[in-house]
Amino acid sequence: MMGNLILAPVFIHLFTAIFQLIAWRKTVTQRILSVSGALAALIAAIALFTEVYSHGTFTINASNWKAPFAIVFVADLLGATMVLLASIAGFAVSLFSATGLSRQRMLYGYFPIFHFLLMGLNGAFLTGDIFNLYVWFEVIIIASFVLMTLGGRKNQLEGAMKYMSMNILASMFFLTGIGILYGMTGSLNMADLSEKMHDVQNRSLVGITSVFFLLGFGIKSAVFPLYFWLPSSYHTPPSAVAATFGGLLTKVGIYAMLRVHSLIFIPDDFTKKLLMVIAVLTILTGSFGALNKTNIRRLFSYLIVCHIGFMVGGIAMFSKLALMGTIFYLIHDIMVKTNMFLISGFIMQLRGVVKMEKLGGLYKEYPKISLMIAIVLLSLVGIPPLSGFWPKVYLFREAFTEHHYFFIAALILGSLVTLYVIARLWAEAFWKDVPPDIVVENKFEPLPLFRKCLLLLPIGILGTVSVYIGLNAENIIQVADRIATELLDTSSYVKAVLK
Amino acid sequence: MRSSILQTATRYLLPILLLFSVFLLLRGHYYPGGGFVGGLVASIAFVLHSFANGTDASMKLLGRKPLSLLPIGLGIAAFSVVLPMFWGLPPMTGLWLKGTFPIVGSLGTALFFDLGVYLVVVGVVLTILFTISLTDD
Repeated sequence: MMGNLILAPVFIHLFTAIFQLIAWRKTVTQRILSVSGALAALIAAIALFTEVYSHGTFTINASNWKAPFAIVFVADLLGATMVLLASIAGFAVSLFSATGLSRQRMLYGYFPIFHFLLMGLNGAFLTGDIFNLYVWFEVIIIASFVLMTLGGRKNQLEGAMKYMSMNILASMFFLTGIGILYGMTGSLNMADLSEKMHDVQNRSLVGITSVFFLLGFGIKSAVFPLYFWLPSSYHTPPSAVAATFGGLLTKVGIYAMLRVHSLIFIPDDFTKKLLMVIAVLTILTGSFGALNKTNIRRLFSYLIVCHIGFMVGGIAMFSKLALMGTIFYLIHDIMVKTNMFLISGFIMQLRGVVKMEKLGGLYKEYPKISLMIAIVLLSLVGIPPLSGFWPKVYLFREAFTEHHYFFIAALILGSLVTLYVIARLWAEAFWKDVPPDIVVENKFEPLPLFRKCLLLLPIGILGTVSVYIGLNAENIIQVADRIATELLDTSSYVKAVLK
Repeated sequence: MRSSILQTATRYLLPILLLFSVFLLLRGHYYPGGGFVGGLVASIAFVLHSFANGTDASMKLLGRKPLSLLPIGLGIAAFSVVLPMFWGLPPMTGLWLKGTFPIVGSLGTALFFDLGVYLVVVGVVLTILFTISLTDD
């Protein structure tokens, strides 16, 4: 029975989507189904996480075939944590879209596709089979492509074209890599692969294959020099969609990198150096890109790229402390980035624009809400004791012991730029008075109190989780510690899968 | 342009194609065939009908919007996936009824999965093609 819990988050989203397809064009039913489905998935994810945390990794063999022939679903601590984070973010976005999204989008099937996307994410985090991982990636891409084009405005289609062409390219690299890997070892099960990789004689082919995987996941997680599709597409869809994308989709790439590099291609010196160069350049380009952006959503898109570099740097060092930093940053980043885009959607509701020069006076009108948003912004910047601070401590310390001074410089620069742009955002949007020639188009004020609360609730939930991560960093560090240990010594994972 | 030759031919071809699609669906578990191919053949039958008699006539023949086949098909397939879990088995395990049945052969969850795929494929293909041909008018 415990095994069936693994797939519960996947199945709950699948059935939610099916019921919503039956209730096609009944937007109220779809909204209720979406929120309750996301809540059920969140409960299942919490149950899964506590189970894994107290009893260790467990698996289920689909179709009851024996591993390594079956597609194995594995709930180890990393996977369960990711599912939990995705479920929290998914629940918040579901709440936000139930109140903040236009009826037009709901009529064209926003909610079923959203739940298919969450299903794909959960599947990707739980599968133990590399080809199955590819299939979940495809589910994610197709669902996200529909979400991005839904509405059919010109700039949406333009962004979606860039998004789709780059992601299809990534899938092709990924698939080619899987093909070569299968040719070398005759297996697709990741645990089985990790045992068979040692026996492969042709080491140069192994190196080339790992580059294929790196390219595929690099495009997906938007690292330098493959990032440019992200800032040019993420600002086009509505905020609820952008929140799911910004919070979760790039992090799937990081998750896949962690998984593949810990199990199949243990990073050698060359890969480590390559990853480190990529990380430094990603932070630099992301932060320079963010410097002059006045559209809030474009600004956040560049910050995503910048902070992806932090995590890649942790993978590049591939020591216990560095991985702890990466995982802690991943946990913090999913919560905060999702929230940032929800906040940009909230500002859109208040003002009808997200350009900084046209904003202003938010603090004067909504002091309490502004303070709540300020906490989220400060977590992003990493003011101690909020959540962004702790992972950086680990990354800095490990970078000093390993003598990666360029990475330290990039980390400092990235953090400073984040601080600078967030301070500018605060000054422009919240403190400055409304520019005199702007007519404010406030859609939030006429809403009834109930809907106002519903709109603010997801931001509050994610903000609370961020504050919890910051103030109870000790617990998160314990989780990150265990995940990092499991990533460095995969024998327990392999044993659980192959039994 | 309506061709009476095509219309007459379609009147005979439509049932044969549908029957062939069911044949493909049923033999799919052990031999080439299955829900996907069967669904494609079935949708070809309807597309042929719409060529001969116009899209509106095929919509009337189908009796419902092709899009509404989607949740039904997905539901059947998903149900066959989770069904083994009620017996404490992992999802997607093949469960088979004892004995054989006329026409169908042995009856199991795999057949329901294929049936779901069949309906989804018919739904998707017809939705795409009918949408294109209706906006063309």
